[in-house]
Parts: sequence; C-alpha cells; structure tokens
Amino acid sequence: MMKEKNIKGVTLCVLFVFLLVMGFCLRPAGEPVNTEMDDYFITYGQVQTGSNNIVTSVVFDYRGMDTLGEASVLFAAASGVFLVFRGERNE
Amino acid sequence: MNNEYRASVVVRTVAYILAAPLIVFGLYVILHGHLTPGGGFAGGAIMATFIALFLVSFGRKGAGSLHRNLFSVLESLGLTVFVVLAFLGISNTFFYNFMVNSGHLFGRVISFGVNPGYLDTGGVIPLMNIAVGLEVFSAISLIVLEMFTYSREDKND
Repeated sequence: MMKEKNIKGVTLCVLFVFLLVMGFCLRPAGEPVNTEMDDYFITYGQVQTGSNNIVTSVVFDYRGMDTLGEASVLFAAASGVFLVFRGERNE
Repeated sequence: MNNEYRASVVVRTVAYILAAPLIVFGLYVILHGHLTPGGGFAGGAIMATFIALFLVSFGRKGAGSLHRNLFSVLESLGLTVFVVLAFLGISNTFFYNFMVNSGHLFGRVISFGVNPGYLDTGGVIPLMNIAVGLEVFSAISLIVLEMFTYSREDKND
C-alpha cells in the first residue's frame, strides 16, 4: 500500500518536472512569438503619449483601465482594514 | 506596567536622518514617473515607508499626532482625481489622453528617439501619477496606522 503510493507520487513528480523542462525548452526566454504589440508600443508609444517611459505610457494611457482596477483594489484593502480593526471597537 | 513604547536612540536617529531623503525621493519618483522607472505606485510606497518608520520610532505618541481622517480624505481625493481625469477624455474614449501634444500644460511635443527628458510632456500621465501616488501613500499609511493603533490597544487591557 505504502509502496504503491510512493510510486504514484514519484511518477507524478517526474511527469511535472518533464512538463516544466519541456515548457522552458519550447519557448526560449526573451524571444516572444507575437511581437506586433511590442513593436507598436516601442515605435509609437513615445510620440503618441509624450512620455519617455514606455512602461508608464502603457500602464497609465493604453491600459489605464487596469491601473484604475489596481487603485481600486488598494482602496478596498484600506476599507477592509478599517472594517476589521474598527468594527471590533464599537461593540 | 509601563506601556509607553520608546525605540532606541539608534532607531530614532536613523529615522531623523532618513525622513527628508525618503519624502524627497518619493516625490521625485512620482513626479518623474513618465521619464524614469517608477511612478505613482512606487513613489507612494516609498513615501508610506516614511510613515511606517515614523511609527516604529515614535510609537503611540507619534501615532496620536497623525490625522487619520486627513489620510482618509487624501486617499479618496486621489482616486477621485484619477477617475475624473479618465472621464475628461470621454469625448473620444475612456482614458483618452486629451492633453498630450497640445502645446499647453504637459503638452510639449517630442519626437521619437533620445531626448533630455522634459518634465512638461505626457499629457495627463503626470497628473494621473500624482493622483495615484497620493492615493497609494495615503492608503498604505492608513493601513499601517490602523493596524498599529488597534493591534496594540488589546495588549494594554
């Protein structure tokens, strides 16, 4: 019984390690397959948004909606802390 | 039992030394968000570190001198300004950068390539950076302050 479990676990581990290694082998880091979007941002980002920092131009201009969500998450976190720590005191 | 928390002289001295550089560096990261790495989130977190350091050094006495409601108002203000700036470009799309390349405030036209890094570029991006920086600074300060205040109260009962 115990041995059977061990064999299953080892097989599963080998399988996952194999998948992980194959994943790394299939797609070398730093060489994306689809580069149209990257090229667009690099070519037009500076002129269209006027900011030298392309990351900021994406985060605050092209994908501003995402930043709005992030800011809202922080607001919700502060509200949650308020609720947890102050709700106790009112009892 | 004496519940007056007091940090060692080393911690307090380091806090005095680091206070001004932390605030100035945080403001720098926020204001130069469209030119150098960083932005509202990183700068706000750096400035909130100052509040955390302040609480570590001065304990409950220091926490009593901070206005919690002010942080709350600043946090709401930051998020509101951010959303309002996003809505101001609604004639085109939501989050449309209506101030860029206009020649007015933050509207300096730049060309593709290397430039010295002009502050008055980027349209609404610098303003949004400031708004988000304010919001992040206030939110993290508020969380730290609230946890500090009410987690310590239980021990003194």
